[in-house]
Amino acid sequence: MPPFDATVTTPQDACENKRLADVHPQAWVNPEPVDRYALIIVGAGSAGIAAAELAIAMGVKVAMVERHLIGGTCLNTGCVPSKALIRTARLYAEMRDAARYGAKVPDNIEVDFAAVMARVRRIRSHLSGRSSVRRLAALGVDMFFGNVRFAGPDTLMVNEQKLRFAKAMIATGTRPHVPSIPGLREAGFLTNANVFNLTELPPRLLVIGGGPVGCELAQAFRHLGANVTIVQDKPLFLEREERDAAQILSDAFARDGLEVRLNTQVTGVRMENGHKLVDLISADYRSTIEVDAILTGVGRVPNVQGLDLETAGVDYDAAAGIAIDDFLCTSNSRIYAAGDVCLQEQYTDTAAASARIVVHNALMRGRKRLSKLVIPWCTYTDPEISHVGMYVREANRQGIPVKTFTVPMHQIDRAVTDSEEIGFVKIHIRDGTDTILGATIVARHAGEMINEITLAMVAGIGLRTLAQVIHAYPTQAEAIREAAKAYMRTRVTQRLRARLQRWLAG
Amino acid sequence: MSPLSAVTDDALLDRLQCAAFGYFVQNMNPRNGLVADTSHDNSPVSIAVVGFALSSWPVAVERGWLERAEAVRRSLAALRFFRDSDQSGSPTATGFKGFYYHFLDIHTGVRVWQSELSMIDTALLIAGVLTASLYFTADTPDEAELRELADFLYRRIDWRWAQGDGGTIKQGWKPESGFLHYGWEGYSEAIVLYVLALGSPTHPITGDCYTAWTATYQWENLYDHDYLYAGPLFVHQFSHAWIDLRGIRDSFMREKGFDYFENSRSAVAIQRRYTQLNPHEFAGYDENGWGLSAGDGPNDEQPGVFNEERRLFGYAARGVPYGPDDGTLSPPAVLASLPFAPESVLEAMRNLLMRYPQILTDDRLCSGFNPSVGASDGQPWVSAGHYGLDQGVVLMMIENHRSGFIWQLTRGCRYLSDGLQRAGFEGGWLRQGHAEGTR
Repeated sequence: MPPFDATVTTPQDACENKRLADVHPQAWVNPEPVDRYALIIVGAGSAGIAAAELAIAMGVKVAMVERHLIGGTCLNTGCVPSKALIRTARLYAEMRDAARYGAKVPDNIEVDFAAVMARVRRIRSHLSGRSSVRRLAALGVDMFFGNVRFAGPDTLMVNEQKLRFAKAMIATGTRPHVPSIPGLREAGFLTNANVFNLTELPPRLLVIGGGPVGCELAQAFRHLGANVTIVQDKPLFLEREERDAAQILSDAFARDGLEVRLNTQVTGVRMENGHKLVDLISADYRSTIEVDAILTGVGRVPNVQGLDLETAGVDYDAAAGIAIDDFLCTSNSRIYAAGDVCLQEQYTDTAAASARIVVHNALMRGRKRLSKLVIPWCTYTDPEISHVGMYVREANRQGIPVKTFTVPMHQIDRAVTDSEEIGFVKIHIRDGTDTILGATIVARHAGEMINEITLAMVAGIGLRTLAQVIHAYPTQAEAIREAAKAYMRTRVTQRLRARLQRWLAG
Repeated sequence: MSPLSAVTDDALLDRLQCAAFGYFVQNMNPRNGLVADTSHDNSPVSIAVVGFALSSWPVAVERGWLERAEAVRRSLAALRFFRDSDQSGSPTATGFKGFYYHFLDIHTGVRVWQSELSMIDTALLIAGVLTASLYFTADTPDEAELRELADFLYRRIDWRWAQGDGGTIKQGWKPESGFLHYGWEGYSEAIVLYVLALGSPTHPITGDCYTAWTATYQWENLYDHDYLYAGPLFVHQFSHAWIDLRGIRDSFMREKGFDYFENSRSAVAIQRRYTQLNPHEFAGYDENGWGLSAGDGPNDEQPGVFNEERRLFGYAARGVPYGPDDGTLSPPAVLASLPFAPESVLEAMRNLLMRYPQILTDDRLCSGFNPSVGASDGQPWVSAGHYGLDQGVVLMMIENHRSGFIWQLTRGCRYLSDGLQRAGFEGGWLRQGHAEGTR
């Protein structure tokens, strides 16, 4: 077999041509700017598009500037391609696991990786229509492509064109953080920016970092047949999640045959006689593994460079991004920020929600607060891990008495019938009340299930009401109602019990 | 001997306890009082097992299984060894800052397996050291020396150092790489560690350290039982083996109207419910087939082979309800729940012994067995030999159930009661504590 070719460029095919025509057409000519825009949006990712759509709906003249591709990380190098990839990976995992369902394991399961990736790119291209420059232009957005920098507190330059604004929103997002590991750059590596361009499966893949992106891709590539080693410098994956969730994920990784290295750091990458060698250290234990490709899943850095933010009087930090207040306003009162470039919670929907807050606050003198957002998220491993609201440790730290109602998925009929009984629903309430503080769900479809709890939190619905909501039987979301019913059982007081018994006896 | 099924509960417990004690007799090096981690050939010493051994000698004297002078001699041998041990913290020393490496060579007493300097295992060792000093109170030169040594060893431990720059106590330290870079997260067997670290008159941890730990607790309702969550059963037993946690409450338990003893009772109920539900459909799981805990189990790991599918976990801390669960149960973890739920435990023990007589050799319980992974003749997989931690906690918990003897002794320990009070424990026996002439 020829050695794995780690140089990756996007295959130029009809799908790719269509996507580029949507999100950054070569022949695009920037429009003639108006004298002054009510709102200029810098960055046409999820936040930018959401802001543009809302502002246009309000009848406001909007310009949007994009350096690279409309749709940003989510469409091009994030959620969309990774979920498409994960779907196929799950299918292969299920094929190998078919006996568990009483089905025959297909003979010679062979992964056609090129076909897998062609599907990923086809779907990405299909969905790019929604972010197409033609659609945005038709809505009335003045769409500019080019390098952008601020030239003053109310002015910015796109290439050599000057644009003036009453308000501006910076939504330039983030890019992958490449760790400073000796030899890594020389040896070559993948990030989310180019991993979806692969057409050949790396037989041995090292994933550095056990955050959401690292975990999702490590498991997907394992399911697609790669020998995957995942290295995480912490004792558990998904540092932010509760340890039971992270522990279940570790067990799932072990089940899948991922080589898990926790408490481990990469100290260097070397090329020796065409072999890519990676040196690892765990406490005092040193080891070396040979791989074909390295994916760095660790962290993101905000895109704040090259914008001349100083000229506009916008404070920022190279690591933490643009400084904002709770109304998403920067240190320049004309300029706001939204999305990953300024938020700790880096999720597509949160970016869009923050952008809508900006439009309200910037254009309608609104006073909407970022801190009022109820933000759910999900890591799309198998099982999925989703969360909304507070963690127990946060509640404890703030002195809020917290109690958790836990329902393991093995108590839920539909999870059992589907052989998907790994995981749990945990709903955290303020002890002594039925008020939901937050929830964590680990389940095959945790991402779908968390929305019900988010709705309850936004609408101020407590467990008392949730317990009354009949759920379609059998569904896995019944676990949520079971937690609420468990709460209700704790509310049956001794007095009520005694009264009932007297009544029954009489 | 009469078959176990025919004897009374008390006779059954007596036999199991005496056999557990036998482990310490058979696996001790008389020259230094150190005890092997397991009965396997070439097993190193686990310092925690020495702590259990030091607690077992007084029990054996009380039960008439050992002469008092012999018990003193064994205890003194261990205490003198630790006093004289290399405390330089070098890779081949025995300890550092009053703590000891987790595993030691049974002949030389120096570190083996590149093991970590272990905070929790030092705590279990020193709990045993203090237990011995509370029992051997006679006015003889040997027993006086024993008490002095115990005091010296306890006071030498630099608990404050073990906090590092973090909020909670570190789990370990290695001369090669410093502190293991994580602390205690979530409820665990560490109450005894925190209490000893708070009670120290010489190097106590800072007062907010215990609160920082309890801030990681998870108060849960699972299977209609309220409890402070911890998956493996041993977590609900180890601190309780030494400290009488009935009716005394820290601020967390006061807020919940509960205590750590009741909590262990809930843990038993939850284990039983879990094995009844038996989500992974393992053989032998039911209301009497429970006991997911730390212990030995079957292994499918092939040395040197990476990326193989793994379903069996070898020696591991198995837990409820999130696993890991590979069908392995720990009989000692069942028996050590005796003080919390005597009826359930005795019923389960009799049932297990009847169904799986292989789990008992020389009246001593194996560390783990797995009826789902067996030989072709339908026999369950059974862990070979015996493990010191299992035998120690079984011996102590049977004693606490039968007489409360260990708890009575440690209630008189000034360091423990001070530590408990500094951790915010109130009520119950702590109210009278100091009046009874604690030392």
